[in-house]
Amino acid sequence: MAAKLKIATVSLAGCFGCHMSVLDIDERLLPLLELVEFDRSPLTDIKHCGPCDIGLIEGGVCNAENVHVLREFRANCKVLIALGACAINGGLPAQRNHLKLDEMLTQIYSTGTGLAAGSSIPDDPELPLLLDKVHAIHEVVKIDYFLPGCPPSADAIWSFLNDLIAGKPPALGHELLHYD
Amino acid sequence: MSFDLETSTLPTETLRRVAIEPVSRVEGHGKVTLLLDENNQVHQVRLHIVEFRGFERFIEGRPYWEVPVMVQRLCGICPVSHHLAASKALDMVVGAKQITPTAEKMRRLMHYGQMLQSHALHFFHLSSPDLLFGFDSEVGRRNIVGVAASHPAIAKQGILLRKFGQEIIRLTSGKRVHGTGSVPGGVNRALTGGERITLQADANQMVEWSRDAVKIIRELHQQNPALYDQFGHFRSSFMGLVAPSGALDFYHGGLRARAADGSVMFDHFDYQGYNSLIVEEVKPWTYMKFPYLRSLGPENGWYRVGPLARVQNCDFIPTPLAELERRQFVEYAGAEPMHASLGYHWARMIEMLCAAETVQELLQDDDLEGTDLIVTGERQREGVGVIEAPRGTLIHHYQVGDDDLITMANLIVSTTHNNQAMNAAVRSVARQYLDGQVLTEGLLNHIEVAIRAYDPCLSCATHALGQMPLDVVLIDATGREVDRKVRG
Repeated sequence: MAAKLKIATVSLAGCFGCHMSVLDIDERLLPLLELVEFDRSPLTDIKHCGPCDIGLIEGGVCNAENVHVLREFRANCKVLIALGACAINGGLPAQRNHLKLDEMLTQIYSTGTGLAAGSSIPDDPELPLLLDKVHAIHEVVKIDYFLPGCPPSADAIWSFLNDLIAGKPPALGHELLHYD
Repeated sequence: MSFDLETSTLPTETLRRVAIEPVSRVEGHGKVTLLLDENNQVHQVRLHIVEFRGFERFIEGRPYWEVPVMVQRLCGICPVSHHLAASKALDMVVGAKQITPTAEKMRRLMHYGQMLQSHALHFFHLSSPDLLFGFDSEVGRRNIVGVAASHPAIAKQGILLRKFGQEIIRLTSGKRVHGTGSVPGGVNRALTGGERITLQADANQMVEWSRDAVKIIRELHQQNPALYDQFGHFRSSFMGLVAPSGALDFYHGGLRARAADGSVMFDHFDYQGYNSLIVEEVKPWTYMKFPYLRSLGPENGWYRVGPLARVQNCDFIPTPLAELERRQFVEYAGAEPMHASLGYHWARMIEMLCAAETVQELLQDDDLEGTDLIVTGERQREGVGVIEAPRGTLIHHYQVGDDDLITMANLIVSTTHNNQAMNAAVRSVARQYLDGQVLTEGLLNHIEVAIRAYDPCLSCATHALGQMPLDVVLIDATGREVDRKVRG
């Protein structure tokens, strides 16, 4: 039997809904585990992405840490996929792009509703640097495939992965290609 | 306000920094930092939540009817919580003081289906490897794949329990993740007879498997009380919604809090006035705020929410099998409420059983096929919606202008209420297991186990899912790397 393909997954500035949709393949997960092995993923203990066949990226890029992780995935994954709306175009978190970051932070941490007296914006060196805008991941690294949807359906993810695992060019039928 | 071990009394440059980073790598990124002296005595421990998204700010200016669909993008694990909390707040805005029976039952079915899938996900996919294999078991096995290999029946039941909950969400909201079924004033769809029959066919099996899951965690407690009762133990008060009867209710009720000794601090508090009850403190080292009860102040006013709070806060659970389990839980705890962090897992599975039984009962109700879906009344400018999300009390508060655009949004999400509690749990474990010790991979997982007991949804307040990768570097006072353990 051929060696299992390795898959790595991560959520950057996403909501984890795309990972939920991966799990929504339900009991098909068990036969999938016969064919693939999970490397870095929220389901495993692996901290850094090793050499992998397939990388799935959920979420856009909103801080410096997201950029580092995305580059690590690109350096290690033969095929890198933007999974869902946020990875493809920033998605809902990119709604903050028309606002000024410092004004937003001031309102949420200093002048907003229900805050204790003296509250101010967190500024510890332990907190990673925020980017002033949320970016799509293809603005940072080359992406091989874009799988749309918020989230893409489990059937779309299943069909896409099966094509890749079988060594075929992935193709989604009309009923699997949606953007909501 | 600073707690024991929150901020070192010694100058930080004389101490070694140990970073557990990241404790989460999903959209909510967190880490733990510790400061140790030359004898490995712990002087400072902090759980940092390092993500910022700004939902409260960019919701402003959007039409109010978009909000229940927008805000669920806070979290793909429990989108229904945000969908419904926003809908409840906006019910107030559209003047729907009482929604129709069909609307309320559809929302309840959606919510209890979510409780089932979220609790199953957390227990089976994420936590069961720690609990079944041990906190310091082999890294490569400590995941759902390892569980599937050694306990295939348990893994499959977990997958199918989650599937059932997700199918309820799909049929009540239109999609498994980020549906559209609930709207201000009610819902936009009811179930068909065929959909009810499909769900009814599996409901009994889900109750049985949920009972089995409670049994697994109850027996783990009973077999190893020294570990389960003491790990990450600290005393606190508890808060959550209860029904007017005192029953456990995830969808609606008034706020009740119990002090650490179990006595009731306040009861049936109308959550429209949450602002007079709760204040949030900001600390410079984390993006997650620290809520506390205004009357008690930051030192004594913090509390825990979620399964451990709810199961002990209510007077009874209104479904028979879960109520039997609750009584066993209370009896086990003894004179005081259970304060051990790992008690969350046990309480969570009792809630999953309650959710499965409630779904089974709701599916018998013909109102689910009703046609009266939406009501409106006199338009208001403001509304607060509160719901018991899988992880605890979730508060949404909106003000809406005459042009129907949101002018103010304030959200206090479940995991945020547990911010101080998770910090206390990590400090407790550091004292119990870390003080004076050399780092090991198993030790790192102890810290993670303590955080995970709270099922932190760092997608809501930032969130953690799955085995958190850990990288701990021990650096001496001169900056030299002494020890490094990477788990992952």
